[in-house]
Amino acid sequence: MPAGRALSRPTRRSRDRRRWVTIALFLLPALVLYGLLVIAPVVQAIYYSGFDWNGLGSLDDFVGLENFRRAFSDDVFVGALKHNGFFIGLSLLLQLPFALAMALLLQARLRGRALLRILYFAPFVLSEVVTAVIWTLMLQPDGLVDQSLDRAGLDPLIHQWLAEPGIVLWSLFVVISWKYFGFHMILYLAGLQQIPRELEEAAMIDGATRLQVLRYVTLPLLGPTIRISAFLSVIGALQLFDLIWVMTGGGPVNSSNTMATYLIDWSFKRFQFGYASAVAVIMLVISLLFALFWQRFVLRRDIDGALTTMGR
Amino acid sequence: MKLVSRSLLYVVAWLVAAAILVPVIYAVLGGFRTTGQIAGSPVGWPDPWVFTNYTEILGSSTFWRQVFNSLLIAVVSTLLVVPLAAMAAFVFARFAFRGRELFYTVFTLGLLFPIAVAILPLFIMVRNLGLLDNPLGVALPQAAFGLPMTIIILRPFFASFPNELQDAAAIDGCGPFRFFWQILLPLSRPVLATVSVLAVVGSWNAFLLPLVVLTDADTWTLPLGVTNYSTQYTADLARILAFATLSMAPALILYAFAERHIVAGLTSGAVKG
Repeated sequence: MPAGRALSRPTRRSRDRRRWVTIALFLLPALVLYGLLVIAPVVQAIYYSGFDWNGLGSLDDFVGLENFRRAFSDDVFVGALKHNGFFIGLSLLLQLPFALAMALLLQARLRGRALLRILYFAPFVLSEVVTAVIWTLMLQPDGLVDQSLDRAGLDPLIHQWLAEPGIVLWSLFVVISWKYFGFHMILYLAGLQQIPRELEEAAMIDGATRLQVLRYVTLPLLGPTIRISAFLSVIGALQLFDLIWVMTGGGPVNSSNTMATYLIDWSFKRFQFGYASAVAVIMLVISLLFALFWQRFVLRRDIDGALTTMGR
Repeated sequence: MKLVSRSLLYVVAWLVAAAILVPVIYAVLGGFRTTGQIAGSPVGWPDPWVFTNYTEILGSSTFWRQVFNSLLIAVVSTLLVVPLAAMAAFVFARFAFRGRELFYTVFTLGLLFPIAVAILPLFIMVRNLGLLDNPLGVALPQAAFGLPMTIIILRPFFASFPNELQDAAAIDGCGPFRFFWQILLPLSRPVLATVSVLAVVGSWNAFLLPLVVLTDADTWTLPLGVTNYSTQYTADLARILAFATLSMAPALILYAFAERHIVAGLTSGAVKG
């Protein structure tokens, strides 16, 4: 390095300042956009939730926690909450195990498994709206599903799939699983690929049966992936909106509302923005509490891992 | 025994594949039928093939306007979210500074905020800015909500480049800006393609935000068009299916070409190959 350059080398402090300026320049644009359009609205929602407000006039009717009390004493909202719980429970108990089973099945070196994987995952890229429109037509009375059952001689099974309160949640769950199991499956496949084959082979040589290998070697090693997939599944189920809004609008008689459809119903149909904001805050708090719980007790310390450490 | 269980695996695998395919085929073929045919015999090849559903939609300016609107919003929000997220991820990956993990956590928390939580204030903000019925009213919030996921995917990729690379560049007089622009970004093309594809698909499929922000039918995106179409022509299944097919086609075509990118992005880690 030429001597002149060395003499004019910036002092430590000015170098430090330059570094901070660089960091700020790179970080600020994202931070501003995120602050203005994600953080600020979330904070505002918390603020609105304390008012009785139609979204237009001035915010002057402060009601404290009344909106929250009202939500929890409204059977329809409590029902919506339960429906979110229903989707969470069934996703964890049925959809994810199914996705795992399909991932293991594709691991079994079937011919055409590349094609199968592409097929299974395809619904994930379709919009919930298109999915909802197509399935609504298939499930309508005397639609494809009913006619198929009829021809197979299973006509006693025919139901008003989207119009019977006891059935509608199950119908929706099938459609949701149709769309999303492939996503969880590819997560599991990525996780499975990271498990060294030698471990499973060694266990086999030691005389373990296939089931024992699965139970004592594969599944434990897949643990991190399973925990992340379960996390994403719960968060997704808490936020369900598009599909249900289009398929049932929360009906019949509120039997398929979720928190999000309830929120949109009270805001953009009934213009009770204050009350709807309280519902938004409840959604937010539940998501945060769940995330905290999950991170504290299940994931330990990586939400960062939510998408990135899987498969490593 | 082994043969039996293996054939059983094939049967299960292809049954599931069929279950995945049925709705898609139902929609595509349904578009080639009349509504009468769908009611009478929804299974099998259309007899005769009817092309008017598709040709009428493809000949209508409404459909193409919605395609244009969807495309415009997808492009604008992707062009916003990817560069901004790349810059932020660069700092998170390659600088050590106080508060870094705090800021990063704030961004990752965004994964937990469904857009529904913020939708009312967003609506009011967009209205106050005069951006209702404006593509920017959708694209800007969408980009903001896309930041967390994009940063989370980009950061480990950017962090995986050896420090020697940056040191060598620095010795050659290359500051952080040039390093980012001329070395890091070109080397990161695969992961940038991945996050871009995810952003485009996400935007293409978005429903809630456009539903709230875009009230004028001229500004609608395809998902709004599809729902409206299906309530407007309730009795005409064939037309609805044709419209649904045409609106999902771009996403499926993109998937056919970019399947690797989508899967790589969502499972990350594997991206580095």
